[in-house]
Amino acid sequence: MADKIENNGYVDPRPPVIGPGYTFETLTSKIADVVLMRRFQKGWIFGFGIAFLLALVLFNTIAYLVLKGVGIWGNSVPVGWAFDIINFVWWIGIGHAGTLISAILLLLRQSWRNSINRFAEAMTLFAVACAGLFPALHTGRPWVDYWLFPYPNTMGMWPNFRSPLMWDVFAVSTYATVSAIFWFIGLIPDFGTMRDTAKQPWQRAIFGILSMGWRGDAKHWHRYESAYLLLAGLSTPLVLSVHSIVSFDFSVGIIPGWHATIFPPYFVAGAVYAGFAMVLTIGIPVRKFYNLEDFITIRHIRNMCKVMLATGLIVGYGYLMELFFAWYSGNTYEQFMMKNRMFGPYGYMYWLLILCNILVPQLLWVKKYRDNLLVVFVVSMFINVGMWLERFVIIVMSLHRDFLPSSWRMYSPSLFDFSMFFGTIGLFLTLMFLFLRFVPIIPMFEMKVMLPQAKVEEGDEAAQKEKGTLGGAVPQFGD
Amino acid sequence: MSHQDHHHDIEPIREEIEQAARGRSGREFWRSLEELADTDRFREFLHREFPALNAPETDPSLLDPTGRRNFMKLMSASLALAGLTACTRQPKEKVIPYVKVPEGLVPGKSSFYATAMTLGGVAQGLLVESNEGRPTKIEGNPDHPTRGGTDVFAQASVLSLYDPDRSQSVTYLGDVRTWGDFLNGFRSALDGQRTKQGNGLRILSETVTSPTFAEQMRKVMAQFPQAKWHTYEPASRDGARAGAVLAFGETANAVYRFENASVVLSLDADFLTNGPGATRYARDFMSRRRLTDGATEMNRLYMVESTMTTTGAKADHRLPLRAVEVDSFARTVAAGLGINAGAPGALSAEAKKMADVVARDLKASAGKAVVIAGEHQSPAVHAIANAINSSLGAIGNTVIYTAPIEANPVDQAGSITELVRDMNAERVDLLIILGGNPVYNAPIVKDERTGKDLSFLDAMKKVGVRVHLGLYNDETAEHCQWHVAESHYLEGWSDALAYDGTASIVQPLIQPLYGGKNGHDILAVMGNEPGIPAYEIIRNYWKTRLGADFETSWKQALHDGFIPNSALTAKPVTLKADFAASLPAVPNVAQEIVFRIDPTVHDGRFANNSWLQELPKPINKVTWDNFAIISSKTASSIGLSPKEEPNHTQAKMLKLVHEGRELTLPAWIQPGHPDDSVTVYLGYGRSRAGSVGTKLGFNTYTLRTAETAFVAHSGVKFEIGSGSYELASTQEHFAIDTSGIKSDFMIAGEDLTARHILRSASLEEYSHDTHVLHHGAHKPGKELTVFPHWKYDGYSWGMAIDLNACVGCNACVVACQSENNIAVVGKELVAKGRIMHWLRIDTYFKGGVVNPEVYFQPMMCQQCENAPCEVVCPVNATVHDAEGLNVQVYNRCVGTRYCSNNCPYKVRRFNYLLYGDWETPSLKNVRNPEVTIRSRGVMEKCTFCTQRIQAAKIEAEKQNRPVRDGEIQTACQTACPTEAIIFGNLNDPASRVAKLKNEPRNYDVLADLNTRPRASYLGPIRNSNSELGGAKGHGDSHGGQQAGGANHG
Repeated sequence: MADKIENNGYVDPRPPVIGPGYTFETLTSKIADVVLMRRFQKGWIFGFGIAFLLALVLFNTIAYLVLKGVGIWGNSVPVGWAFDIINFVWWIGIGHAGTLISAILLLLRQSWRNSINRFAEAMTLFAVACAGLFPALHTGRPWVDYWLFPYPNTMGMWPNFRSPLMWDVFAVSTYATVSAIFWFIGLIPDFGTMRDTAKQPWQRAIFGILSMGWRGDAKHWHRYESAYLLLAGLSTPLVLSVHSIVSFDFSVGIIPGWHATIFPPYFVAGAVYAGFAMVLTIGIPVRKFYNLEDFITIRHIRNMCKVMLATGLIVGYGYLMELFFAWYSGNTYEQFMMKNRMFGPYGYMYWLLILCNILVPQLLWVKKYRDNLLVVFVVSMFINVGMWLERFVIIVMSLHRDFLPSSWRMYSPSLFDFSMFFGTIGLFLTLMFLFLRFVPIIPMFEMKVMLPQAKVEEGDEAAQKEKGTLGGAVPQFGD
Repeated sequence: MSHQDHHHDIEPIREEIEQAARGRSGREFWRSLEELADTDRFREFLHREFPALNAPETDPSLLDPTGRRNFMKLMSASLALAGLTACTRQPKEKVIPYVKVPEGLVPGKSSFYATAMTLGGVAQGLLVESNEGRPTKIEGNPDHPTRGGTDVFAQASVLSLYDPDRSQSVTYLGDVRTWGDFLNGFRSALDGQRTKQGNGLRILSETVTSPTFAEQMRKVMAQFPQAKWHTYEPASRDGARAGAVLAFGETANAVYRFENASVVLSLDADFLTNGPGATRYARDFMSRRRLTDGATEMNRLYMVESTMTTTGAKADHRLPLRAVEVDSFARTVAAGLGINAGAPGALSAEAKKMADVVARDLKASAGKAVVIAGEHQSPAVHAIANAINSSLGAIGNTVIYTAPIEANPVDQAGSITELVRDMNAERVDLLIILGGNPVYNAPIVKDERTGKDLSFLDAMKKVGVRVHLGLYNDETAEHCQWHVAESHYLEGWSDALAYDGTASIVQPLIQPLYGGKNGHDILAVMGNEPGIPAYEIIRNYWKTRLGADFETSWKQALHDGFIPNSALTAKPVTLKADFAASLPAVPNVAQEIVFRIDPTVHDGRFANNSWLQELPKPINKVTWDNFAIISSKTASSIGLSPKEEPNHTQAKMLKLVHEGRELTLPAWIQPGHPDDSVTVYLGYGRSRAGSVGTKLGFNTYTLRTAETAFVAHSGVKFEIGSGSYELASTQEHFAIDTSGIKSDFMIAGEDLTARHILRSASLEEYSHDTHVLHHGAHKPGKELTVFPHWKYDGYSWGMAIDLNACVGCNACVVACQSENNIAVVGKELVAKGRIMHWLRIDTYFKGGVVNPEVYFQPMMCQQCENAPCEVVCPVNATVHDAEGLNVQVYNRCVGTRYCSNNCPYKVRRFNYLLYGDWETPSLKNVRNPEVTIRSRGVMEKCTFCTQRIQAAKIEAEKQNRPVRDGEIQTACQTACPTEAIIFGNLNDPASRVAKLKNEPRNYDVLADLNTRPRASYLGPIRNSNSELGGAKGHGDSHGGQQAGGANHG
């Protein structure tokens, strides 16, 4: 996987993906020390405290929700889905960057991904956890949610395989499972390193268990590499399928604004867009506070900006196409829907969406802004908001005025809609803080591959092998 | 009570019981302790020990709330209460079931009894369904002159029966007393009057038509010759009464024959949904608008009205006029017909033109035309209407006049004025209020000397002894020493006259839940014949009048619910030659306040009925409140801007001033309302209505005087008030022809007519081309699918709704609520969009805000063959059955709400919270045992009354025959006064519904979505007069929106 660029006498004009001057040892200590050595910092405690408070708000909201019913939210007839499904789609979308980075970029041999993939995968996992809460809890009787699974039962009842919600169950649960396994497998070599670097016996014990007997053996590496590649292969279609299926929740419906063939690609692009924005939103501060500028370099930022620009334009194309379809179809419902989106009572939401998702991100065309962390951070925040608005526009605005004007009705969220939404942000951040503190956030072994020392030169191979390949975690048999 | 006393009390009882047991020797068994202990002394003992249980036969489960302490008491009295009482609450007297004669009572099978409910004293014939002795559902009595349909009040009355807030005992100064205590106190008060010949005795009743009551009253008056009987209720018909005197010189009751009328002019009369005989009138009127089997003739209704009513919405030509201007309009029409009715006041050019056209049309249809004046219109308008009818030869054809049906046909405003003045002058010692709530709803009376306002309450406080008989411990009960709990009409015997004078028997279905008494009982005491039950009193009255074979005819009367051929006969009336001279001049009025009876809580008597409170008022769809209705122009002239977002619920406040009296209430800007006029509904702002109705809305009686009870026009001012108020409306208001979004952004889709939701046309267009309704509409062909269609062998249920006949009266909505145990959610949740009604009346406006056309469309689950809801349910909780119904399996529902989102008709209702009342014991009795009570978290919707379908199918299968057409009638169908809703088997080409579906007017709503609904609609046709701007119907949108491959019909 190593770059062969220098061998061709070609100098890469791009900034490096890893700062200069690192050896295997310094790299290991730089990353592992975050977990093993550093004490709890005030900043971390403060951040975690706030995040955890928000998570507590979520838990309380959930308790009240299960006790009283979904009526504590602002949902109504006709707006049967509102914040619940908006948040679900938003979180699922955010998760997509992680899978894209770890799986697709791996398959495409984009080595720059190495420093951000773990952290993006963790984000995926936590985002999916947050996302999963919503469909599970938005039902009227969450205690019978398991009826959505096709399990043999005495009632002889099967779920309705024609329903997109049923497909959702499979798509999301598969996605969550694969993401979790992928993340964990990717962590095993680093857990081995941690076990070996740890000073405290309890740390060694815990990381020992987590590393599942990893010794850095060539055979281990071989199996690891194939397993990881296989999982990457499995995850890749998931990136496309999950959000396609989520989009079916809408496009299978007959509601104007939902019933559109463009939805699957448009949703996937939107998801990647949102995901990268979230990676940047979290990555930029983390990089700063943990002094990881050398691992998450400006090149990463630039590349992510380019991905956002590309997917953002796809999303913009989606918006344009919705307009075009509405006009071209000659369908009165579709045309009214578009008109209502733009000039109806919620029209401001649509224009805000255009501002956040289409206009502001165009700044990223300018190289200067791509290199300006503050600008990038602000733009990514805009995109986070914009993508939430997009789901509001699609879900609430399509439902609130559909076919019969007699049933048109405005929607207003309740306090619990907000506490549930911000609560999941709290849960997400809580998990993120724990992850930052207790797990190596950058894959050490993958970074080491990118060090100059890792470049395998001919004749050196035997020596390298003897030394124990690549790993700082040199296997110590018989320990 | 000391311990010693206690001992003394209980010993003899015990002895008595033991004796009773000893007395039964050998093989003589006693079945229960109840039988054994059934002694008077024991009953009395219980009574004293447990005063809350005012009658020992009161079932404790019916008392609410039952505190823990009370509960323990009840438990310790279980011998008496649980063990000794049986469950059956059948009346002791013999009642005759209507159709199905139960051989004994078959558990789980309901039976029907004929009875009658009175409103404004006038009887409406009903059949009441009884389940194991519990009345649960009201139906119309098709044999009764009111003909089958019901109004909302009758439908909802069964909830009032079980209202836990109803008065449950006799009270004296608020303390619980027994009937015996009351008798003692009452008799001594009466004895005091006897010596004075009743000089200080006043009886106040609501409008009474009961012949027995009148007979009893005559006896009472014979004993107290100086006493006075006053009659008052807010919905009085003083105008009609006085109008008849003005025109004919005698009181007369007009009975209209709309089935004979080709042209109808309504002078502010909401005759289709309001007033005596409305259900019959609606049916007769609509019988001339059916347009089935190729008919292209229908009657024509002209309406001038001050408040947009359902009748106005059905009019072929409607003109909004201030209530005071209706007089001028009537005079102009009369002049056009050559009748001298005095000089009209100023009228707009539009009104003058309409008056001319109307006069010509009336004249052309002489003998087949009728004019009807609104109940709240002035005597002059009634007199002119009578005069026109007389000159048009309407009398005997389209209207007959009979003797008044009221037992005491007095001017009620005058009657209450006299009473208030008498009381104020301390001329009254004993006031007996037999029903009604005058403290709340009496008008303000002016003191004859000082000219100051006299309130009923202040005057009443000067009366020595005040007795109140009422269903509720209400505002009046609070200020009367004695209050007697009244029995509900389903609990007590009575009789009453229908709108045409047909005597109807009010037959109870259940013993009084709280031992209530009715007017007959009180009058019996006053007439010195206490102890005779109301049943005997009624029976005795009719014994002398039913002819030789009394028992047979009495049984028949109970069975039918009325005495056959007892309608009053037409009496000849002649128009006074000089009637015009006696008409008062038209007042010159700048601004007016119109007081109207509320379409859902009536005069306030139904304020504690949550079904009626949550019922969206016709046209404006507001629930749980009253408000001031104002035109958009008048609103902006006083600085109230029309709301930007329609009904996003915050209404601005409007201050009304009437001769210095002020009231601030929320403003409702109503399209089609006349300028410089404000309409307020009566019946809100109750301070002691019960847990549901107290402190809802605004008490508009505080502005209402006896002199101008319905239209106040002197010293009237409207001003902008401060603040805003939340009104919970169930429908945001959109015109059907514009989307409300001002933008030329898209080419098509500019207006909502392209949706073809409501396909209307003028009669002219329709008779020219019967398919005119469907021009431009698109219905995908059945062949456009590769899948084979499901074959519906056997039954295939469907429904057809004739929008021409629908008057938007809401009876179906309440009937559905009653039949299907639909929960009430309250104002806050209605505002949130959580109302649970399975059936709603969609209301659409067409044309500008000044005088729009209004259309109604009852909307319930359309039972689509290609149901969008079924595909998306992840757990198969909503599926299709083999008879074409879309069924909802509550038990299986997880509650994702996807089905509701995907329903284009938005007729599914979700239990966002636990809405059903699972706690209140008495309310458990009102439920239909055939229908599940839904719990939290499940979706529900109209099932086409699947329980009725199943019952009929079982019955048919037992008899080995198919279900007959008309055998299954859905709850909405039976309630509908105009037979607008027809249900049946589509596979039977002879069925009514199948025939209607072949009518050219028939269409599916949103047919272009290919949902293939089983409910379809017959488009409304307006019989517009070409002289008045002609076709306003469908014509305008011709030519646009010709969708490709349109498949008409």
